[in-house]
Amino acid sequence: MQPIIQVKSLSKSFGTFQAVNNLSFTVNEGDVYGFLGQNGAGKSTTIRMLLTLIKPTSGEIKIFGLPLSSHRNEILKNIGAVIEKPDVYKYLSAYDNLKLFARLSGGKFDYQHLMNQLEMVGLAERAKDKVKTYSQGMKQRLGIAIALVHNPKLIILDEPTNGLDPQGIADIRNLILRLSREMNKTIVVSSHLLTEIEQIATKVLIIDKGKKLIEGSASELFDESQTIVEIETLDNDTTLKQLQQSNWKNNLQPKREHALVLKLDRKEIPQLHKDLVAMNAAVISLQPKHSLEDYFLQITSGNQHVDAFTN
Amino acid sequence: MWTLLQIELYKIFRRPRTYIAFVAITALITIVQLGLKVDGKEYAAFVTADLSNSLQVDGKIINGYFVCYILLQLLLVHVPLLIALIAADMISGEANMGTLRLMITKPISRTEFILAKFFAASIYTILLLIWLAILALFLSMLIFGTDDMFLMKNNYAVQIENADIFWRYAGAFGFACLAMITVAALGFFLSQFAENSIGPIVATMSVIIFFTILSTMSIPIFNLIKPYLFTTHMVAWKEFFDVKVNADNETIKGTIQNPGKLINSSLILVAHIILFVSASIYVFKKKDVLS
Amino acid sequence: MVKQLRKITLFLFIFHFSLLSHAQDMTSLVQKVKAKLDLVNDYVAEGKMKTDVAFIKAPVGKVKVFFKKPNQFKIKRDNGISILPKGGVSVNMSSLIEMNNYVALSAGDAVIDGSKTKIVKLLPMNEGSEIILTTLYIDESNLLIKKAITTTKENGTYEMEFFYGQYANYSLPDKVIFAFNTKDYKMPKGITLEFDDDMSKDVKEKMKGKKGKVEITYTSYIINKGIDNSIFK
Repeated sequence: MQPIIQVKSLSKSFGTFQAVNNLSFTVNEGDVYGFLGQNGAGKSTTIRMLLTLIKPTSGEIKIFGLPLSSHRNEILKNIGAVIEKPDVYKYLSAYDNLKLFARLSGGKFDYQHLMNQLEMVGLAERAKDKVKTYSQGMKQRLGIAIALVHNPKLIILDEPTNGLDPQGIADIRNLILRLSREMNKTIVVSSHLLTEIEQIATKVLIIDKGKKLIEGSASELFDESQTIVEIETLDNDTTLKQLQQSNWKNNLQPKREHALVLKLDRKEIPQLHKDLVAMNAAVISLQPKHSLEDYFLQITSGNQHVDAFTN
Repeated sequence: MWTLLQIELYKIFRRPRTYIAFVAITALITIVQLGLKVDGKEYAAFVTADLSNSLQVDGKIINGYFVCYILLQLLLVHVPLLIALIAADMISGEANMGTLRLMITKPISRTEFILAKFFAASIYTILLLIWLAILALFLSMLIFGTDDMFLMKNNYAVQIENADIFWRYAGAFGFACLAMITVAALGFFLSQFAENSIGPIVATMSVIIFFTILSTMSIPIFNLIKPYLFTTHMVAWKEFFDVKVNADNETIKGTIQNPGKLINSSLILVAHIILFVSASIYVFKKKDVLS
Repeated sequence: MVKQLRKITLFLFIFHFSLLSHAQDMTSLVQKVKAKLDLVNDYVAEGKMKTDVAFIKAPVGKVKVFFKKPNQFKIKRDNGISILPKGGVSVNMSSLIEMNNYVALSAGDAVIDGSKTKIVKLLPMNEGSEIILTTLYIDESNLLIKKAITTTKENGTYEMEFFYGQYANYSLPDKVIFAFNTKDYKMPKGITLEFDDDMSKDVKEKMKGKKGKVEITYTSYIINKGIDNSIFK
């Protein structure tokens, strides 16, 4: 597997604000690379640096094995991108927009090719209508058609589902899966929503405050043998003592504010349930989550007791 | 580069806003022409009022060439505002629409991008002036006919022979192109510093209005800075309409009274254009696109 | 005392008589000149006109000059603008002596352009006359006016010089130089929209007070072939 994107020690500061801090990661060919983080975590800044919209303060970016700073045009020819809102020229039709950006990407494309692209995103019928008459979802699909029109090897989608209804979100998700599976594209997709990423990503990077928190393959991060269970009882202290004396003592994790935490295989949960009943524990709730979800919720809830997971 | 320029021109001429300037110029010119057609004699009397103490000027003072001169005097003060409308929007407008970031992720260098946009703005400016020439010069020639031109300067009057005028207009429009491209370059430069087009448009207009006022007022302290304002040099096209005289005070056909001034002003305007465009490239290359 | 008085009376009488007889003499000269001028009923002349006014830059232009008795006169420029002294001032001489009620006084002799001339002062007797005084320099032998200076109430003083050639028999000059005073001239800036005022002081001084001149050089005359009155409108 060939590395498509190699980022080393990338930093960017705006004045005194450190938007991206010493970030390194690698995206390999064929990956659907999920880029997770809260709003303001530095996702967009990083993506904009990959697309030369923003100049890094320091660090190195190589794409297709070439340094981005010196091979900008060569690299960008093979990238298609949707950055945040899919803004296009509203006074032009979808077809005209697509043609315009296709030409800018350095290719000459015939009418049929352009119409096929619009067909793929379901806009063929409205191809000649001005974009200002389009809904948000249609604009988003046009944005994706523009990103794909020059048949790029790498596709970068920054928050592609922002502002879309559930059907729109599902459409985009299916499109990403098709691109990956049928057309073997390498895709980087960012989001602040875990649910979006976990259904499509083969690899996930989570950043917060410009720093890398975790990077791993989806199979690792969504591994069910690593399920996290939060238990809240009326008397957490007593229950904790009982658990420390039980077979579950090796599964115990550092305690959180309102809950006890255990890490175990999902299949073991019914047994845990039974044991808690046997202990006479006054259980209020028992919530199983896979590790990535737990991790992500820890960040997004502002709780920083996450050291247990950074191994 | 050629593709990019074509695309930029395509974008300019597919926008309704682009045609505002053409419509505005058409309206202004036809109104002035109508007014002069109806009341031209009065206007001629008004213009020559000071002379009529001792002299009588006979002939078709209000002819096509003269009307064009009046129109240029009036319009070349206002056309910059119309040019600012497009030029100051070139980058800020795209930033506002959000299309700038998509453009910048295409395999085009930023220098090329800026130059293509600037050339497109310049072509728009030139087309606007060609339209101005068609209406102000050719239409006036058609409506009013041609004749000698009798012009009042600050301290003297000049009469230029019919056959000696057309080339002067060719020169004057050429010079006007230079002056208006300077305005476009200024608007274009300011266009980078905002993510909406109103700011740069208003800023460009303000600079032009402010400088023009300074250029117009004859206050000694302003006179010191006048040579440094590009607006002072923008009106140098009028130099085409002053003629040298021989020892007998006869005008010499095909001459310009003060060609040095014309060349000097042209060079200053070209220097401004180069300055604004290079500054635009410099700033834009370093710019982080956050829109 | 009485003797003295008589002497004075006699002197005055003689003086008066001599003056009168002299004046009558001039009147007849003027009448002769006028009679010669009357040979021409009308003419169309072609020539070149040059306007030389310090503050006007004008080209030399071809003109057509039309005249018809008694006093119709028009200068037309071929497709152009002509700048003439106020009042279209008849750059023609018949208007100079067209007056009927005048006193013509001799004011001596002078040499103009190599020919001897009589200086004649014409005083209009009519109170309402626009002309206050006209001084003519008349070439007696050829009955030609060589020079005329006219002072008017409204439009200042004009000076005309006439140069004769092949049309001298008709009293028509080959060249007329018409000089007049120009008042100071300054345009209000609002009209001209000229921003800079960069004329040097000495150029401005030079322009001040300089006399204006209109010079017409005739190349041909068509005499007494009749002209339609509409031309003068």
